[in-house]
Amino acid sequence: MDAVQDSVLNRAIGVFIMVDTQTVPAPARAPGGSLGQPWKDPKAVPFIKLEGVSKSYGDILAVNRVDLSIHKGELFALLGASGCGKSTLLRILAGLEVPTEGRVFIDGVDMAGMPPYRRPTNMMFQSYALFPHMTVEQNIAFGLKQEQAPRARIVERVAAVLDLVQMGAFARRKPHQLSGGQRQRVALARSLVKEPKVLLLDEPLGALDKKLREQTQFELVNIQERVGVTFVVVTHDQEEAMTMSSRIGVMNAGRIEQVGTPAEIYEYPHSRYVADFIGTANLLEGIVQTHAADTVVVQCPDMPSAVAVSQVGAVPAGASVTVMIRPEKMTMGRDRPTGEVNAAPGRVRDIAYLGDISIYHVQLDSGKVMEVAQTNLRHTAEQRVTWEDVVWVGWHPANAVVLTQ
Amino acid sequence: MVGKRSLALFAVLGFGYAFLYLPIVLLVIFSFNESRLVTVWSGFSTKWYGELLGNQKILDAAWLSLKIAFVNACGAVFLATLAAVVIVRFRSFRGRTLFLALVTAPLVMPEIITGLATLLMFVAMEHAVGWPEGRSATTVTIAHITFSMAFATVVIQSRLSQMDRTLEEAAMDLGARPLKVFFVITLPIIAPSLLAAWLLAFTLSLDDLVIASFVSGPGSSTLPQVIFSSVRLGVSPQINALATIFVGVVTVGILLAGRLMNRNESAGR
Repeated sequence: MDAVQDSVLNRAIGVFIMVDTQTVPAPARAPGGSLGQPWKDPKAVPFIKLEGVSKSYGDILAVNRVDLSIHKGELFALLGASGCGKSTLLRILAGLEVPTEGRVFIDGVDMAGMPPYRRPTNMMFQSYALFPHMTVEQNIAFGLKQEQAPRARIVERVAAVLDLVQMGAFARRKPHQLSGGQRQRVALARSLVKEPKVLLLDEPLGALDKKLREQTQFELVNIQERVGVTFVVVTHDQEEAMTMSSRIGVMNAGRIEQVGTPAEIYEYPHSRYVADFIGTANLLEGIVQTHAADTVVVQCPDMPSAVAVSQVGAVPAGASVTVMIRPEKMTMGRDRPTGEVNAAPGRVRDIAYLGDISIYHVQLDSGKVMEVAQTNLRHTAEQRVTWEDVVWVGWHPANAVVLTQ
Repeated sequence: MVGKRSLALFAVLGFGYAFLYLPIVLLVIFSFNESRLVTVWSGFSTKWYGELLGNQKILDAAWLSLKIAFVNACGAVFLATLAAVVIVRFRSFRGRTLFLALVTAPLVMPEIITGLATLLMFVAMEHAVGWPEGRSATTVTIAHITFSMAFATVVIQSRLSQMDRTLEEAAMDLGARPLKVFFVITLPIIAPSLLAAWLLAFTLSLDDLVIASFVSGPGSSTLPQVIFSSVRLGVSPQINALATIFVGVVTVGILLAGRLMNRNESAGR
């Protein structure tokens, strides 16, 4: 089954491209090539542009003054906890919600007052929203029928996308006769069949089990790279967002906290919220003592001595900040580390063995518990550090980030 | 132990069924009675069915009742669908609560009040605009629609509010205009409830004696009216035969509708 799914989508992509050469605009990212980073080019014109978009339901502000630019051919992920407004933002792009304030442009056209049935977007719904009284074939043909496409073209397109998702054998089935994975593929086919300029996906892989989800993630990326459609994906799963997207917008309480590539978001979060939401982070509260050319010295009550962090950019002395260090960027050993590193002694309280790595919870003398990830280079039996051992944890100044928010 | 318990359970079940259906079973049995006396069995015969088919008055009334019930059911379902869509899809408009209360009020209104009120209205209207002329099948139909629509609305509204809204959004997203979405997506999905509402309205109309007594005129007596007046002069076994036919027709209808709905329900999952 898994292998089938895998090869299905792969083959299907081929069909999709073959059929669509006349109609689909040239992909922004050549197959196998790279999109580049158009968001870094100030002259690049964004394909989707949101300006000060807000949406309120009574007193509740679901989306709060969001400015966002998404470029052609991107796979952009909106990431956030449930209720952060990411789905509302997607529905605003689809035209299913009307923003209370702000403007939305897609391909240079102002979307104000444009109903969903006239937008160049198609959406894959979280619940798949397959029409229960129609067969798979009729579901997929629905969109083409609305634009009064000639019969021959409908037949040809439906067959092509059915082939793409390898569901040809199920064309005459009703949705309730399909498994969850099959429904997901039909929903994907239905959203692709009209060749939209923008494909909106709302938690597209939520209902799939882990293994199928991981495969489908890569397949979606493949489709996206090869057909050049701009994807906007809503997800609450940070792993999904990290593996799939060209850029991520992290949302919190209706605002976009940070936009960046997966690596930027992970390595250089702008705020405590982002640092905490993406991956695991050790957070140390403190007050800025001095700020030299490229090093900030922070006095943290939890640490025995001041913490040095390599940081470019001004942080005024006296400001209260948070120092963030990722667990895998820390070292741990019996002896005090030498050189220009921040270090503190502590006691091992907990060890989680994960196979490739182990996670150690080390309690500092102040009571603060630090999470340290260590690659298991040697067999477990030979590893010396165990429960209640006294160890030194440390990290290089370049491996921490000072968060001012 | 198990045998004893199941025996007791079966006895209770049998009693329950007997309580509900023994009267109807007796009615069916006595419809095949030879005797003119309804309560004395004197042998099997189908002669009352024969006499029933020769009784033009009852046949006319039955045909009229069926016609009224049919038109009533169609009208009630049409209006109820509109009301249900307004109630479920337009969540916030001024006077929604009032609208909801007014639509469903006939559910709890005593029939005798509804009957009297509609009669007064018809009389007043005839004075004012000259329509409807007197009491007839038309006035009965209109009166029936006003009260059976409330029941139909409740049935359709409950199905519509269970329907997944994203189906309509998906259709719109794929390029269908709102009206088209309604006819191609919404209506087929709530179709089972339309059928159920139709059958309910049909039965309510066929069943009604009180309202019809108020608003029917000479020559437009419905079947329940004819039966009721003939029973007052003494129960004829013809009525048993007629009732048996009705029970048969209704049973078949309900079974068919039930099967249809079950199939649609499972398809809707």
